[in-house]
Amino acid sequence: MLTQLEKQLLNDYQQGMPLVSEPYSEIAREINLKGFSVTEQEIIECFSSLKERGMISRVGPVFQPKSVGGSTLAAIAVPTNRMDEVANIVSSFSQVNHNYEREHQFNLWFVVTASSQNEVEQVLKEIEQQTGLHVMNLPMEHDYHIDLGFPLWC
Amino acid sequence: MDDLDRKIITATQSGLPLVKEPYQAIAQQLDIAPDLLKQRMRVMLEEGKIRRIGAVPNHYKLGYTANAMSVWNVPDEMIKELGQQLGALSFVSHCYERPRFLPEWPYNLFAMLHGKSKDEVAEKVQEVATLLGEHCAGYELLYSKQILKKTGLRLKELSPK
Repeated sequence: MLTQLEKQLLNDYQQGMPLVSEPYSEIAREINLKGFSVTEQEIIECFSSLKERGMISRVGPVFQPKSVGGSTLAAIAVPTNRMDEVANIVSSFSQVNHNYEREHQFNLWFVVTASSQNEVEQVLKEIEQQTGLHVMNLPMEHDYHIDLGFPLWC
Repeated sequence: MDDLDRKIITATQSGLPLVKEPYQAIAQQLDIAPDLLKQRMRVMLEEGKIRRIGAVPNHYKLGYTANAMSVWNVPDEMIKELGQQLGALSFVSHCYERPRFLPEWPYNLFAMLHGKSKDEVAEKVQEVATLLGEHCAGYELLYSKQILKKTGLRLKELSPK
């Protein structure tokens, strides 16, 4: 389902994509040192294909949410028969960028990211008003993870 | 963070264009010099505002269909030390300290665990439990049942003042 080249790119370039004018050319050069023989164009096509197939969501910078305004993780204990309705309300906010159903009494978990902390709190308040349910607000207090991407085949 | 950094974030948060010169394309869109764009991004990377630049995988599509949010109740005075140990594990993709919400929510340390099956995730949970040992007063696993929405960070365009 994935070619050797795709696996190698996914392994090696979740971080450290070169900040140079022609990054895909540089990637081709680096990859070719590992026994591949590919062109810049093939690297671009490979990433495009991974993206089209949904294997990656994008190629680009991953920002630290806290540095660009406000963000929080929040949860709601949704009565099972209201899950679809409440999930739709939550997802309808553009500031909600992750929304997951999880197996727990607190069964709806979502991340709110906005340009300010005020806006985050406003969104939580509106969600409470529209759903009539209490929102548990769990903002990040410390980040202990060093983000190096995710090891897939190493 | 100044206006230019914000504009750069807005222009790049949904990904760089997959073209020969992606930074040139973004710079053109922002009407700035490509070198300035790269320099600003390099600074944001050094400061940690950009965590990394690269491909953002979709774990689900890649076969890592089991992910569990593991939540742990550890003593406040030890959370820093324990959090750093957890955050260094290769199968942990996020590790955050968050406030407790008593009485329903006693957990203060969150670690996102990934695996190809629930069994594999369960093994990793045991590994974490062993690592925390007697310092763990309780934990729970919240498996994801359904992704309802997942998009990159969306920062609104600044409205002109």
